[in-house]
Amino acid sequence: MTLPSDYLDYPRRRHGQDMDRYDWQMAKDRSPAKLANGKAVAVMMVVNCEFHPINPANNPFRHPAGMVTPYPDLRHFTSRDYGNRVGVFRILDALRAEGLKATFPVSAALLTRARPLIEAIINDGHEIAGAGLHGDAIHWSGLEHDEENRRVEAVRAAFTAAGLNPVSWMSPARQQSFATPDILTAHGFTRTLDWESDQVPVALRTANGPLTALPVHNELEDFKLLIERHQSEALWRDQILEAKDFLAAESAGRGAAVLGFTLTPFVTGQPFRIRALREILCALAGDETVWCAGADEIAKAFGQTDR
Amino acid sequence: MNPDPNLYDYWPYRDRPKIVWPGGKKLAFWIAPNIEFYEFQPPANPKRPGWPRPAPDVVGYSQRDYGNRVGHWRLMELLDQHSLKGSVSLNVAMCDHCPEIIEACAARGWEFFSHGIYNTRFSYEMDEAQERAMLDDSIRTVEAATGQRIRGYLAPALTHTPRTLDLIAEHDFWYTCDLFQDDQPQPVKTKTGRLVSMPYSLEVNDVITYGALAMDPWRYGDILKRQFDQLLEEGEASGTVMCIPLHAYLVSQPHRVRAFDQALAYITGHKDDVWFATAREIAGFYREHCWDQTLADIAAKGCATGGSGFQGETT
Repeated sequence: MTLPSDYLDYPRRRHGQDMDRYDWQMAKDRSPAKLANGKAVAVMMVVNCEFHPINPANNPFRHPAGMVTPYPDLRHFTSRDYGNRVGVFRILDALRAEGLKATFPVSAALLTRARPLIEAIINDGHEIAGAGLHGDAIHWSGLEHDEENRRVEAVRAAFTAAGLNPVSWMSPARQQSFATPDILTAHGFTRTLDWESDQVPVALRTANGPLTALPVHNELEDFKLLIERHQSEALWRDQILEAKDFLAAESAGRGAAVLGFTLTPFVTGQPFRIRALREILCALAGDETVWCAGADEIAKAFGQTDR
Repeated sequence: MNPDPNLYDYWPYRDRPKIVWPGGKKLAFWIAPNIEFYEFQPPANPKRPGWPRPAPDVVGYSQRDYGNRVGHWRLMELLDQHSLKGSVSLNVAMCDHCPEIIEACAARGWEFFSHGIYNTRFSYEMDEAQERAMLDDSIRTVEAATGQRIRGYLAPALTHTPRTLDLIAEHDFWYTCDLFQDDQPQPVKTKTGRLVSMPYSLEVNDVITYGALAMDPWRYGDILKRQFDQLLEEGEASGTVMCIPLHAYLVSQPHRVRAFDQALAYITGHKDDVWFATAREIAGFYREHCWDQTLADIAAKGCATGGSGFQGETT
């Protein structure tokens, strides 16, 4: 057995990353960010509202929150739907009680199906972001460029038809192709929640101008901690607040930071989890170093180009 | 196949018409012991093996038999102490295998609903005649054993066909526990009948809490109290439903009974606000008093889409 001889060629072995979307820079070497409002921690809560079809193609993989059992998987279809019908309203109520703002990535499929939800998000003053067509419309490098372009075009058209003009984007399952950043900016999406490369927003180079990557911490995802890793609500709460306190302390030398994490409606919106959410929100609202805002507003505050 | 099976309309959980449960109560509480039989040598289903391991799966089989030999009695005594009646999710073959348990539940005035024949006989790939035969068997068997006409359904091992809900509605079932989209009941869009989706939580189900989420007994007890507190608080605006689904082979283990006992003591300490009911009582009340106002509210919010479930797939 032997590998091809070029397996030991390293054409992109060089200083910095092996791709060109952004330049290499260590956090310690950048000039500390200072926000106009003087806050140390910009908290970006991401309430991801995805529609998960009961007949998924699962191509090239099953969305982590997608269907599980053979068709018709009523169990998972309705459990996910619970989030967009019931759980998300608990999250909205909890945010409203503390006067905090968040970002709501929404599947295009929900714009007509769940119109009252869309109105509630807007009326409560949150940012709406695009979340692809639906949870099973995964962007990946096996997609033809034209097909991926058609998908983003269709998402843009659906939001326009709904009277909305989102600039932020979260990919289904946070999966991208090599071309996704270029296609997003071609259709007016200038912020993405898919890349977690830094503690501050980072401008990605695309064929149509910059795309701001706002970090969402994979290691603080509610679905991952509470469902996949079986952690308790108390531990989930404590880890988010620990991150907040650490970043506030670190900001003295490193400058302001972004703390991004998900509040998935079918996970965090369960009745027995709302108390922990309220405790998180109460701690955020009561901390003078913290500013909670939508993705686009945070990007602007960190000096990222406005469209 | 459609991405959305259209079994119910989207209905936002805000500003809903007020439900007031009998006696002015805010929360309808019911408890669902699953009384199940898993076969030692189940036949193969093309979509799912009877057991995760090759038969005989002696560890899995004997744990479930422990539930039947030891666990159900513990649960019955516990529910007696708290003056609670179970609504039994029944693999109806239990009427033949372990009639002592069925008689003891019936003597307590517990309700029975069908959870299929065996938990190792799945609905996948059944034709219409086979699924009808399973429903007829369920109705006949429980009636012969207890005198009760069953009104509720939870598909065996949560396995369905596109026809399932139409068929149970046609058989004059009042409620299905197969849908998890809400904490309030809602009309299901079946071709005939008046079928209600009954909240039967997967999230606080012991299969999920002890199995999938690997909780310890005290966290399980804490979760039940938190679930109860939140749903009771919301029940002030419009009555909610809380169900605790149970499996004796899980919740009745010796290290878990007392934590559950304490959670039940907490819940039953709220008698002024809570309607302790069976699923049939909740469904019956809902069909009579809340069905029309729900449909009117869905229509008023522009969410009524018409049609029925699995259109084009159930001919």
